[in-house]
Amino acid sequence: MDLLRFLTAGSVDDGKSTLIGRLLYDSKNILIDQLDAIERSSKNRKDGTVDLALLTDGLRAEREQGITIDVAYKYFSTPKRKFIIADTPGHIQYTRNMVTGASNADLIIILVDARNGVVEQTRRHSLIASLLNIPHVVVAINKMDLLNYDQAAYNHIVEDYKKVAEVLKLNNVSYVPISALVGDNIVDASTKMDWYQGPILLDYLENVEVKSSVNLTNARFPVQYVIRPQTEDLHDYRGYAGKIESGIYKKGDQVVVYPSGVEATIEKIELGGKEVEEAFAPQSVVLHLDQDVDISRGDSIVKKDDSLKVGQDIDAIVCWMDEKPLTVGQKYFLQHGSKVVPAMVKEIKYKLDVNQLEKITEVSKADLNEVVEVKLKTASPLAYDAYSEIRESGGAILVDQTSFVTVGAALLQ
Amino acid sequence: MSQYQLDYLDQLESESIHIFREVAGQFEKPALLFSGGKDSITLVHLALKAFRPGKFPFPLVHIDTGHNFPEALAFRDQLAEQIGEKLIVRKVEDTIKAKHLTEQKGKFASRNQLQTFTLLDTIEEFGFDACIGGARRDEEKARAKERIFSVRDDFGQWNPKLQRPELWHTYNGKIHKGENVRVFPISNWTELDIWNYIKRENIQLPSVYFSHEREVLEYQNALIAVSPYIQIDENDKISTRRVRYRTVGDMTCTAAVASEAYSIDDIISEIIATRTSERGETRIDDRFSEAAMEDRKKNGYF
Ligand SMILES: Nc1nc2c(ncn2[C@@H]2O[C@H](COP(=O)(O)OP(=O)(O)O)[C@@H](O)[C@H]2O)c(=O)[nH]1
Repeated sequence: MDLLRFLTAGSVDDGKSTLIGRLLYDSKNILIDQLDAIERSSKNRKDGTVDLALLTDGLRAEREQGITIDVAYKYFSTPKRKFIIADTPGHIQYTRNMVTGASNADLIIILVDARNGVVEQTRRHSLIASLLNIPHVVVAINKMDLLNYDQAAYNHIVEDYKKVAEVLKLNNVSYVPISALVGDNIVDASTKMDWYQGPILLDYLENVEVKSSVNLTNARFPVQYVIRPQTEDLHDYRGYAGKIESGIYKKGDQVVVYPSGVEATIEKIELGGKEVEEAFAPQSVVLHLDQDVDISRGDSIVKKDDSLKVGQDIDAIVCWMDEKPLTVGQKYFLQHGSKVVPAMVKEIKYKLDVNQLEKITEVSKADLNEVVEVKLKTASPLAYDAYSEIRESGGAILVDQTSFVTVGAALLQ
Repeated sequence: MSQYQLDYLDQLESESIHIFREVAGQFEKPALLFSGGKDSITLVHLALKAFRPGKFPFPLVHIDTGHNFPEALAFRDQLAEQIGEKLIVRKVEDTIKAKHLTEQKGKFASRNQLQTFTLLDTIEEFGFDACIGGARRDEEKARAKERIFSVRDDFGQWNPKLQRPELWHTYNGKIHKGENVRVFPISNWTELDIWNYIKRENIQLPSVYFSHEREVLEYQNALIAVSPYIQIDENDKISTRRVRYRTVGDMTCTAAVASEAYSIDDIISEIIATRTSERGETRIDDRFSEAAMEDRKKNGYF
């Protein structure tokens, strides 16, 4: 059984929470007491129906305001797959939460209210999906019940969205007409939309290929921790512990250690305490090298190839996540894999209008939830990849040097 | 599944090991909060995979409420000895005396609230900057939103509105003096994942997890173990039943479930068949209020 991580995006009231509730409910992943609790909460509702959205709206503030304000993770499984859902808020002021949820996702479900069609929010969410390189996009056209399950309305929205997908170069886009409230085409096929021939949502989620999210070509390994027992019988044991970000490592492979540039050969690979011949992403392993190189946390052991970049002048698209704006000349910590280096913003190249999908030049700052491309200068060289090539080795966070808060998501270019 | 594809348990395991090693790499003085339950036993197993043949870069810390199951305590001591790692025990009883705390009264007087005091004192005593815990996001709605690295202020408080964004597998553990971080390596595991892993890895558990005979009090559909820590009234219905525990917390507020499960396989079948959640079935402390967990977390509880 494998694992699929996905997130749901859509404007407020498009039906995200209802959809997730429906997925859990119809796939029998909701337990009696949880249902009791939401039935109790739903009692206040006038129409007397159970509000499935209450399953995911976790925090009290949200219960009071009736909106999702943070990423909530939900779990369910079918005999085929285990699923991790990141339920993220739709409002523009929560773009950062959506970026957070999107960073680990293999797939995004973008909800569109069939009555409203493709709106500004749809474009913004799609832009984020494209920036964060989410491998699969499902456009779920919801509330079909309110349009009498009209095929023409559905087709119209699909055509509209195709234009957005083209501008954003989104690949692997699928479309499905649903009603989250009634349960059409989510776990059970709708009886009211015979005109739709594609897979229903759960079938798609169960069968979509997830392997494509893992890069097995370029081998990257940031050292997290050095294991040195220094006991009598393990006097010379020196293992580099970390998680393989991408690629495959085999015993005997030639590797390069960054930032030193020293070359070495892999002598031994341990997985869960047992020696193995090879290991691959995303396994957590211990690597041993043939020579006594000075390696510590923050270094990386890579197999050299054309896509690896090493340097101090780095272009990055930054999703800004803090109230204090990002400004030119400001210094931050750049945390990349296990490495943390000071980095200065040298220049803001442009700001993306996330709704119109246009670039705005001559900007001096980025405010909360804005997306900019910047030139960064790091205090020491970084070995990295373009985010579009290897997600794990191209994604970094910016941390405020005094508040220590995570203030930005940096997609290295 | 192809050669280079990981099973979901392997993926979860790898993610958790990575989190453990981030703690080791980012903090000066971490601790593993060990409760004696299956989740923290699983944590220990994952820590072995993360750090052996080296030693753990942290001690095991148990906040002993004084209401624990004797079987769980014996298991705790034995496990710490077997793996040769340091175990620190701090007792809620001692905090109550030293700080003149008022104990909850009532039939199932719980020390859950008071546990927080002992935990915060222990954090201060040893200067722990990170406390690793076995909470899972599937347990409860408030937990579903918590980060894997969850920053707490000097009072141990969690502010759900000021959580740091957590992207990819990059965990920001930078903190100011006085703050500390709660780290949850098994955030993404469900109850069933834990059991499947326990089975796969042949992890040993305290006997209370398996069906056994026990004298219990039936109270509002819950089976509470008869112990010196609860108040027994004249009209109480007491009987000897075959039960097991789904979670192992305090004897006063953890309910048993009627069960004929003698092996891990039996337990897994029962869990798959059950239609009640782990907390709903076994934690009577959460039933008081819909926002019970959130309130306790804000106050510095794990
Ligand atoms: N008629 C209809 N209403 C829906 C559908 N899906 C959601 N809703 C309603 O739309 C409202 C907003 O849904 P909710 O799930 O809370 O939206 P969220 O803000 O995206 O999480 C609620 O009143 C739902 O009952 C649908 O398919 N059909």
